[in-house]
Amino acid sequence: MTKDDVKNIVLEIIEEIAPDEDLTDVKPDVRLRDQLDLDSMDFLDIVMELRKQHGIEVPEEEYQELASLDSSASYLLPKFNT
Amino acid sequence: MRSNLLAGQARVERIDMRYMGEVLAGVCRFDPFKYQKKKEVRIGTRAASIGIYCANEAIQNSGLDWDNLAKDRVGVYVGTTEHGNVETETEIYNISQFDYDTKFWSHHHNPRTVANNPAGEITINLGITGPHLSIGAACAAGNAGLIQGLQMLRLGEVDVAIAGGVSESIHTFGIFAGFKSQGALAVHEDPNKASRPFDIDRNGIVVSEGGCLYILERLEDALARGSQIIAEIAGYHINSDATDYVLPNPERQTQCMNKALEKAGMTPADVQIVNTHATSTPQGDIQECAAVREVFMGCDDTWVNNTKSYIGHAMGAAGALELAGNLPSFDDGMIHPTINVDRLDPQCELPTLVTNQPHNHGSVDTILNNSFGMLGINSALVVKRFDGG
Repeated sequence: MTKDDVKNIVLEIIEEIAPDEDLTDVKPDVRLRDQLDLDSMDFLDIVMELRKQHGIEVPEEEYQELASLDSSASYLLPKFNT
Repeated sequence: MRSNLLAGQARVERIDMRYMGEVLAGVCRFDPFKYQKKKEVRIGTRAASIGIYCANEAIQNSGLDWDNLAKDRVGVYVGTTEHGNVETETEIYNISQFDYDTKFWSHHHNPRTVANNPAGEITINLGITGPHLSIGAACAAGNAGLIQGLQMLRLGEVDVAIAGGVSESIHTFGIFAGFKSQGALAVHEDPNKASRPFDIDRNGIVVSEGGCLYILERLEDALARGSQIIAEIAGYHINSDATDYVLPNPERQTQCMNKALEKAGMTPADVQIVNTHATSTPQGDIQECAAVREVFMGCDDTWVNNTKSYIGHAMGAAGALELAGNLPSFDDGMIHPTINVDRLDPQCELPTLVTNQPHNHGSVDTILNNSFGMLGINSALVVKRFDGG
């Protein structure tokens, strides 16, 4: 599993939860909420899908780690690789 | 819908129901994405999707200058028999896949299941800032939604009411299982023959999803904007049996119909069409026939029909949808029959029951629309053709 793999997984989840959004030009280093129409309930959906599909837990105090694709990849990679 | 009603064409299907196998149901086929984004359909409910579709279509059909309308003067009044069952069953099934660990329970659950969800999602979709309510009235909810809208217009709370009822009930196995346990779920090898009010071999209800919403205005406002008025609600009544949780009380149904007519300033003989509630249950159909017989004794120009024989029981939408099926009579002068009456139950005999073939009446002025529900709620709506200011 690489950081790029993790970014793709997160993008796939976003595609499911925000199916009206165009994800082709999403910049990995920019906050997702600044590029896409995602609110706090949507981020809870990302957390839920990580839990359901990948068995990964993101505690509430660490939600901000999911702010961008880059930060998500750095934060989640070790969780995927355990 | 009208051509199907006049052609005697029912539309009921077999669907797969969680835990139950195949059941018969009336299914709503429409494009939810016509008025909703994919995300909205994903996070919201089926009932709301049906309501949103109907509300948008109704607004366009009404000719209202929607963009310039004061949205805080629009109210939304949606009748439902139940709400939350579908979403709760789905969520329990979802967490059952994870050993019932509630950390897998959706954060969308609460906004999905609050009883006002169907009406509330309509206000979000349409930017309506006036009041909204779901009206819980069991199978009388469609009429009750209309009555609520009417009352709010009369009170001056709103200037436009989007009112009627919706049903997503075919997506909850609990309702099917409940009716089955009661011995009230229809079975028939031909789905289109299963809903057969008044037939001697009727054996229960066909559950349907659906929706019907009307744009209601005060008469003076509708006239002032040159609206195409489809009909006028002339009278209504709601009462309660105060008798039994499930079994209907024909005496109270009689009182309800009489009161509605009285409030309309009419007599039974003024009615050309009585759209019965009759759901194809062995007991309920008999009770309503007794009540109709009592009210319309000697009225040889009052014709009795039923719309559930075509569309099944659309639960919260039933009263509103069945009225919609009959309203075209004001234009085409036809009275659609109740179909699937192969052998009439003698206890359901009415001299003016229109069975199997439509009746060409010539001119129809008044419809009485019955809807009765569990816990003994009864509703009757008197609707008149509108001939001009």
